[in-house]
Amino acid sequence: MYPSELKYTKNHEFIRPLGDGTAMVGITSYAQEALGDVVFVDLPEVGAAFAAGDEFGTVESVKTVSEIFMPAAGEILEINEELEAHPEYVNEDAFGKGWMVKLKLTGALGPELLDAASYQRLVEEESH
Amino acid sequence: MTELQMTPLNAVHRALGAKMVDFGGWDMPVQYPSGILAEHLAVRTRVGLFDVSHMGEIRVKGPQAMAFLDWLTPNAVTRLAVGQIHYTAFLTDRGTFVDDLLLHKLSDQEFLLVVNASNIDKDFAWVAGHAARWEVTVANESSATGQVALQGPLSLAVLQPLVDIDLAGIKYYWFAFGRFQDLPVMIARTGYTGEDGYEVYCPAASTERVWNAIMASGAPHGLIPAGLGCRNTLRLEARMSLYGHEIDDASNALEADLGWIVKLQKGDFVGRDALVRIKEQGLERKVVGFRMLEKRDIARDHMDVLIDGRKAGQVTSGAPSPTCGCNLGLCYVPLSHAEPGSRIEISIRGKACPAEIVPTPFYKRAK
Repeated sequence: MYPSELKYTKNHEFIRPLGDGTAMVGITSYAQEALGDVVFVDLPEVGAAFAAGDEFGTVESVKTVSEIFMPAAGEILEINEELEAHPEYVNEDAFGKGWMVKLKLTGALGPELLDAASYQRLVEEESH
Repeated sequence: MTELQMTPLNAVHRALGAKMVDFGGWDMPVQYPSGILAEHLAVRTRVGLFDVSHMGEIRVKGPQAMAFLDWLTPNAVTRLAVGQIHYTAFLTDRGTFVDDLLLHKLSDQEFLLVVNASNIDKDFAWVAGHAARWEVTVANESSATGQVALQGPLSLAVLQPLVDIDLAGIKYYWFAFGRFQDLPVMIARTGYTGEDGYEVYCPAASTERVWNAIMASGAPHGLIPAGLGCRNTLRLEARMSLYGHEIDDASNALEADLGWIVKLQKGDFVGRDALVRIKEQGLERKVVGFRMLEKRDIARDHMDVLIDGRKAGQVTSGAPSPTCGCNLGLCYVPLSHAEPGSRIEISIRGKACPAEIVPTPFYKRAK
């Protein structure tokens, strides 16, 4: 049910490796569901560099606010500027047009990242 | 952790796909699949249905019921007509809040008090404890009573076909008894959203029937179920206080900007001496509304209010306002900064973000 080409964090971010040393990052469909209607996504500047696990932004919903953390080390190549006018894309299509940043990876993906099946189990545990 | 309490509609919410949360010890729907924004908009423009069965009902009866409640609460109970409701509070002898409530006058000798769910036991003990020297009986009818709130401009159209009461004839903050289909109900023209609407009180065991009948009647009008998430954004826009936020046992009725429910001239009541003293000395702080000046800054509950870079108060409620499209909140500030136009800052994740004091309510419906 979660896309198998993605890797996931325990904090409910996803990373989509594009095969050319870059990757897209966002929050999972489970995360957007938990947050409810997203009204603002605060993203870093292009060029900013992060280590895996670093906080890189915040997602504000009507109800609450949540920090978002880097699934892997990298440098910001691009941010999804569409989210400025359309934060609801995160709710509508978290893995697609709700993506948040594109990264130039500066290291390998860590072993702490979950595959789709493991992430599915994590979500099932958390929903109980 | 103790078991969460459930309203008679718990299974209905789950079947509707609601996201359930622990709300003051109650397992309640924060939102349905439509989401907070859609639910908020439905109530502002059409109609939404809330389960508020968690609210508490305390009945006070007896020859001295009116005199007792006039002494126990700050608003003027003797001025109410039969069938009328007012907003009031239980105050401590320091003038701070035990709870806020709606007081319904059924007769000179019978009143129904509707209190916050999380305070039911405390409130019942408070009322019963003060009742000893009065000729009254106090009954906690909370678990026997179901309650739904139909809110929004189309409320009358949705509810009227189901009841034998002329709903247009019930004025704002009045109530009437009648039949909902064949069920005995009490219907009050009240709510916690800033919109027109009705609150239907029924036997707990019949709540699901009432809910389902209203949902069916409302379908052609675009009625959707509405959760506590939008209830909070709606009440915030309407500048209605929430216990545990704007009001609690550390905030007094005058600084909470609820002086209008405090009738100091009516004679003695619990909390009066303290409030007279506070009024003489002057307030130190007050609840005010504010608007964030940057679109990206959203104030949240408990964030610090800064004046000249120093902590000067706290946000009691803060959220994006779906109706105004800006980010609003309520906070305590020193009186020096309570006038509309005053500038403050809200500390959002360590950053001082500019805000302006604005008049409240933020939203007022067209009459």
